[in-house]
Amino acid sequence: MIAALRLVSGREPLIVWQTETALPSGLDLIIIPGGYSYGDYLRCGAIAARTPVMRAVAEMAKKGVLVMGVCNGFQILIEAGLLPGALLRNASLKFVCREVKLQVSNAGTAFTRAYSSGQIIRCPVAHQDGNYFADPESLARIEGEGQVVFRYAEGTNPNGSVNDIAGIVNETGNVLGMMPHPENLIETAHGGTDGRPLFEGILGKAA
Amino acid sequence: MIKARVTVTLKNGVLDPQGKAIEGALAGLGFSGIGSVRQGKVFDIELDTADKATAEADLKEMCERLLANTVIENYSISIE
Repeated sequence: MIAALRLVSGREPLIVWQTETALPSGLDLIIIPGGYSYGDYLRCGAIAARTPVMRAVAEMAKKGVLVMGVCNGFQILIEAGLLPGALLRNASLKFVCREVKLQVSNAGTAFTRAYSSGQIIRCPVAHQDGNYFADPESLARIEGEGQVVFRYAEGTNPNGSVNDIAGIVNETGNVLGMMPHPENLIETAHGGTDGRPLFEGILGKAA
Repeated sequence: MIKARVTVTLKNGVLDPQGKAIEGALAGLGFSGIGSVRQGKVFDIELDTADKATAEADLKEMCERLLANTVIENYSISIE
């Protein structure tokens, strides 16, 4: 993720620890990357979501700063209550590490504006708990409000997510969470660049 | 000192692939007539207080804020 930000923005991202209680002002974008956190004990992302820095992230999100969580970062944003729903164990119970197809369901967000609506892109996934779930009322609400921004397409849903949901934004559109890893498909050495417009779109707005 | 047990279970309607896998394994061991298996979590918590009401209020807050994800899970608290 750091390499992706360097490559696309030409700038050095600031890295902060989970123990930080405040974030500097003037941030263009906050990213919570993937990986694992605190052994993912209790539930994936649950402990990380209660660390001091996440209170600072929530304050920034409330002010309208763009926040993006990928994979474990998505799980953390959900556990922190910054995004609706829950991420359950994959329906297959297996860790999935492969490429999927994503449909851009809403190209009108700050994150997806460099794509066109309905566009199908390639994107890698690597996770065991990416099975998106929301109760029927919440699901109807996020669908109705256009909060689903990415869906698994062409039968590639790797985890059993309801409505093939791969990525969602919050009500105000400034917090994005997604299970797939767009940062891993941004240069030809990766075998494709379908993830790059996401970063170009975000940073274009931020610049 | 108060000893408490918090039980966290998945809400009805939430898919439980782990429970399903356990159900399948039990059937594989020859146990017949299993309607369903749902997996949950148990937390045994010792509290440094003698006041039951305080303990109960604290435990409820612990459940709401961390132990359970109330989007998908229910919790129950029993105090010894």
